[in-house]
Amino acid sequence: MSKLIQIHPNDNVLIVRQTILPGDEETINGIAIVFDKTIGLGHKIASTSIAAGAIIYKYGVPIGSALNQLHPGDHVHLHNMKSDYIATYTLAKEFIHAK
Amino acid sequence: MQNNSQLKGYLRKDGRKGIRNVIVVAYLVECAHHVAREISSHFRGQQVHLIGFPGCYPNAYADRMMNALCTHPNVGGALLVSLGCESFNRNRLLENVAASGRPAHLVGIQQKGGTRKAIAEGIAWVEEAMQTIANVEVVNLQVSDLIVGTVCGGSDATSGITANPAVGKAFDTLVANNGIAIFEETGEMIGLEAIMSQRAITPALSEELRKSVEKAAKYYTIMGHGSFAPGNADGGLTTIEEKSMGAYCKSGNSPISGLIKPGDIPNKPGLYLMDVVPDGEPRFGFPNISDNAEIVEMIASGSHMILFTTGRGSVVGSAIAPVIKICANPETYERMQDDMDIDAGKILFNKASLDDVGNEIFTLIQAVAGGEKTCSESLGHQEFILTYKTFDPIGPGCLPV
Repeated sequence: MSKLIQIHPNDNVLIVRQTILPGDEETINGIAIVFDKTIGLGHKIASTSIAAGAIIYKYGVPIGSALNQLHPGDHVHLHNMKSDYIATYTLAKEFIHAK
Repeated sequence: MQNNSQLKGYLRKDGRKGIRNVIVVAYLVECAHHVAREISSHFRGQQVHLIGFPGCYPNAYADRMMNALCTHPNVGGALLVSLGCESFNRNRLLENVAASGRPAHLVGIQQKGGTRKAIAEGIAWVEEAMQTIANVEVVNLQVSDLIVGTVCGGSDATSGITANPAVGKAFDTLVANNGIAIFEETGEMIGLEAIMSQRAITPALSEELRKSVEKAAKYYTIMGHGSFAPGNADGGLTTIEEKSMGAYCKSGNSPISGLIKPGDIPNKPGLYLMDVVPDGEPRFGFPNISDNAEIVEMIASGSHMILFTTGRGSVVGSAIAPVIKICANPETYERMQDDMDIDAGKILFNKASLDDVGNEIFTLIQAVAGGEKTCSESLGHQEFILTYKTFDPIGPGCLPV
């Protein structure tokens, strides 16, 4: 059984549903991937090639974008993706206006 | 579509149908809490639930909530317990409950001559009222008569993978069958303003949805609550958008038909966002101090039952409306099975798909509507909490026309 789950058909990441251990093998997009590190429950794995700057989809919606080229099987986290959220409201802005 | 012609509901004068027929014993100030509890305890194990508002000073929100709760379709009658000098508008509440066609009675502790006499009068009235409401007209109930709310509590890394998206699937089915679904937690939707507002059925509603999340962001910032904690990253969450989606996915994929505030009752089938964050400057502290405050607000907006997702393991139920507990984490389920109605964590072992668990939840919604007791109901959970809040009325673009 795969330790990865796809939450939405449009997603380009898979979610770890049982801790991945070094040496575990998974077939992702037809490619056999052997993991070399432990990856915990809830973490993301690229299911396809994702270009630098491209959007990461989970739940079928954008959750941020890639910082560099990602390959199937890559662990996707703080080191290679970022938030695209720009707060429509910030407290700082209001304090600046108040002064 | 499932055959649910056997489902029955208690018909109320306003046309709404209840799935339970409860007598509420409602204290109107903390000083009347003990008397009300003694009265309801006399009927332990029966359909008599304790609710109330502890504050002595008036609050328009609490007043509206108590009126909505005492005339909820699952409520067959109400006993109001007053000390006598509190500022709650007891006479108007009494009149409203009576006008709704329900047995209603007010016990004044000071007027009656103290604790013992008030308890005796209350018990006698409830006994009589229970016989009266046993004769309430019972009619066919459809899935399209149901309002179902959802909340999460005690979330962990599994919540956003199993239980929450499975509830989203069940909500999609409910909405497809012309039922009403309510979700909330605007404080956990920061980063999703654009995604959520795109789902609105009108541009005016779209703007209202966006503003509700901004309001929550502002409110929680003043309360000193950060949205993204280091522990989130350990659980594999990378961005605020992703974290927010984990809770937001309970709403499923249906278009959003409206935005309501606690006590507003959805007027058309569809999916509704409930905005539970107070309006105006923060005045009474956190919007909701615990999960049951949100549950009570969803019930005040007409929810017949609540879908409650939990990873770490909440045990609460509620007065008035059954709570279905959907456990996200398989280890928690193993440990706390008596408290959990649905094991969504089996998705992690590939024993079921999200669609399977979504169907299981939808089937259970119908069974509970038909009278089947949830775990928390069987265990006697009847938590209830109501505090001070302030709300402005919803804008004209909030409800479908």
